[in-house]
Amino acid sequence: MDIIKQHVLTNLSKGMREDGRQFMEYRPILVEYGISPKSSEGSARVKIGGTEVVVGVKMEIMEPYSDKPDEGSLMINAELLPLSNPDFESGPPAIESIELARVVDRGLREGKAVDFKKLCIKVGEKMWVVVVDIYPLNDEGNLFDAASLGALAAIKDAKFPIIENDHIQYGKLSDKKLPVQHLPLECTVWKIGDSFIVDPGKTEEASGEARLTIAVLEDGTICALQKGGDKGLSFQDIEKMVEIAIEKTAELRGHL
Amino acid sequence: MTTLLVEDKTIVVPGEELAEGMEYLPGSDVIRDGDKLISTKVGMVSIQNHLVKIIPLAGKYMPKKNDIVLGKVVSMGFSGWRVDIDWAFEANLALRDASSDFIEKTADLAQYYDYEDWIVCQITSVSASGKLIDLSMKGPGLRKLGPGRMIHVTPSKVPRIIGKLGSMISMIKEATGTKISVGQNGLVWISGEDPQKELLAVHAVKKIETESHISGLTDRIKAFLEGAAQ
Amino acid sequence: MNYKERYDGRKVDELRPIEAKVGVIPRATGSALFKIGKTHALAAVYGPRELYPQFLQDPQKGILRCNYNMLAFSGAGERVRPGPSRRSREISFVMEKALLPVIDMEAFPSTVIDVFVELVQTDAGTRCAGITAAAMALADAGIPMKDLISAVAVGRMGGNIVLDVTKEEEDYEGGMADIPVAMSTRTGEVTLLQDDGDLTKEELMKALHLAKKGCEQIKKVQIQALKNRYKGE
Repeated sequence: MDIIKQHVLTNLSKGMREDGRQFMEYRPILVEYGISPKSSEGSARVKIGGTEVVVGVKMEIMEPYSDKPDEGSLMINAELLPLSNPDFESGPPAIESIELARVVDRGLREGKAVDFKKLCIKVGEKMWVVVVDIYPLNDEGNLFDAASLGALAAIKDAKFPIIENDHIQYGKLSDKKLPVQHLPLECTVWKIGDSFIVDPGKTEEASGEARLTIAVLEDGTICALQKGGDKGLSFQDIEKMVEIAIEKTAELRGHL
Repeated sequence: MTTLLVEDKTIVVPGEELAEGMEYLPGSDVIRDGDKLISTKVGMVSIQNHLVKIIPLAGKYMPKKNDIVLGKVVSMGFSGWRVDIDWAFEANLALRDASSDFIEKTADLAQYYDYEDWIVCQITSVSASGKLIDLSMKGPGLRKLGPGRMIHVTPSKVPRIIGKLGSMISMIKEATGTKISVGQNGLVWISGEDPQKELLAVHAVKKIETESHISGLTDRIKAFLEGAAQ
Repeated sequence: MNYKERYDGRKVDELRPIEAKVGVIPRATGSALFKIGKTHALAAVYGPRELYPQFLQDPQKGILRCNYNMLAFSGAGERVRPGPSRRSREISFVMEKALLPVIDMEAFPSTVIDVFVELVQTDAGTRCAGITAAAMALADAGIPMKDLISAVAVGRMGGNIVLDVTKEEEDYEGGMADIPVAMSTRTGEVTLLQDDGDLTKEELMKALHLAKKGCEQIKKVQIQALKNRYKGE
């Protein structure tokens, strides 16, 4: 095991994290709305410590899916910009960016954040699609939680554009906000050695053995899960991590 | 007529005019354009006699012969190891330079340095193309590092972190009871028994990095370390 | 057709409000944000670092590699499909040419200096904003340069030459000429010059002089942003 990971484990066993935080403590969180008001229908910036993510919402009109003719839809994309981390490269999406997008998507979709029925324009013919694009700008760990918080914040910020003559008048927003009905948020809990922590920095992520991302609704119900990392988790581990996530997502929700 | 256009210790940017006339000479990171001396970097002006140079405030490490650096072993071959010293190219540590022991060609190299081991080593040569860098482990203080924290600082700040004859770094080591190894490449290894004191050492080093250009640094660091002890 | 008063009320030689900040992406070797009106450009520099694929490495000098990209939600209308387009690749290319003349790439043989420019919100003048941000980011990364490159777009609208065109002006019904210019204001050397539209030679020369005025103002803000980073925080 490399000396850095060894030392992280030793310090954790002495109750000490890299930057002196408590095991269950998040770095300072900042949520800013409307950072790209001229070109997006909704946007937000989230900072968790030095990690920074920007998210934008664009509204598009498409034909509804044949099995859900009276519903609209949601599309989540994430791009790990090479700008944000020396290890990210330009080119087709790496599996990490695909996982990030799908995990955020799972939380929002299964948590029914947006009322799809209210995105229907004309049954069987037209629906609104809420397209969410997530971009890390500076990666200092915990992109999952920052992205989840950012995506929900951008959706909350978004308004329907005006339709004139069957065309979307981009640049002209109505006063009507998107039909947000739930606030699912994700908290990723990491297991390093025998310790559980939230909001890891880069060195902690590199030393981590397993992680569990848990999406939780306002009433404490779980709506999505994703396990990552090379090691396994016991049932006890999972129960503990879920408890932590339920508590922490309630805190995170306070930042919206 | 030769005139200085800026004062010593001013912060300047690329393209900024430092002096006019031929009496002043361009030092590192300063170029002559016609009769003007121009800075090529963001940094602090340093004027000594007639030499005008810049102490840069930022920039990646560029390997130089004789520099002591911290590196991580990334691969092993028959003739030695390849080491990542935070440069565009990996450096070479040949069998014959790896130890004062004689290492047989058939020896198990991992016994000496294994994958992901961190070492304090010295650069013995850098080719003109910057691609071939040779290292040696033979010399005082050169060794494999044990468990500890690794932090990154701007390489140009390393001299201030070390201090005159190591005075600054010794002050931090004593006040925090830690072992510290500083590489010219900006990598700093810190290890202590008490994690709180170890974190204090990390903060002290980071403080020097951000405030290196502000005078009174030594006193401020001393006060910082004493203040935290309470 | 005459275009006497600008849509946003500015004078013909007036820039939109500009703002610059350096060191905004701590993980990068150097970084900067540049806002001009509603165009927001973010630039990050990584390097010198190893260049893949290896066959591109030049043992005599380093390569400067620029990558211009618009975030999906940054366009004027519809969502911008992620990935390089012909337009973004051309902009990346001319950006590189705009920045190279002041950098001594022979100091970094065999390596690459990567410059990433991302547009967070756009209202015309994006390649110029990108170049301006990139110049600051390169300085912030400690890359030695003879000067900071500054850039601004000028336009011919009707018979007038105007400084710093907006999207609305680009879309002017009477037709216009859109002229992005980048230069080293210290030496007066032009490093980027493009034109879309009709121009007489006299109009072009007027445009260049006006661009220089704009670049000089922008340069002041670039310098301040770099120095602000080191004001006793």
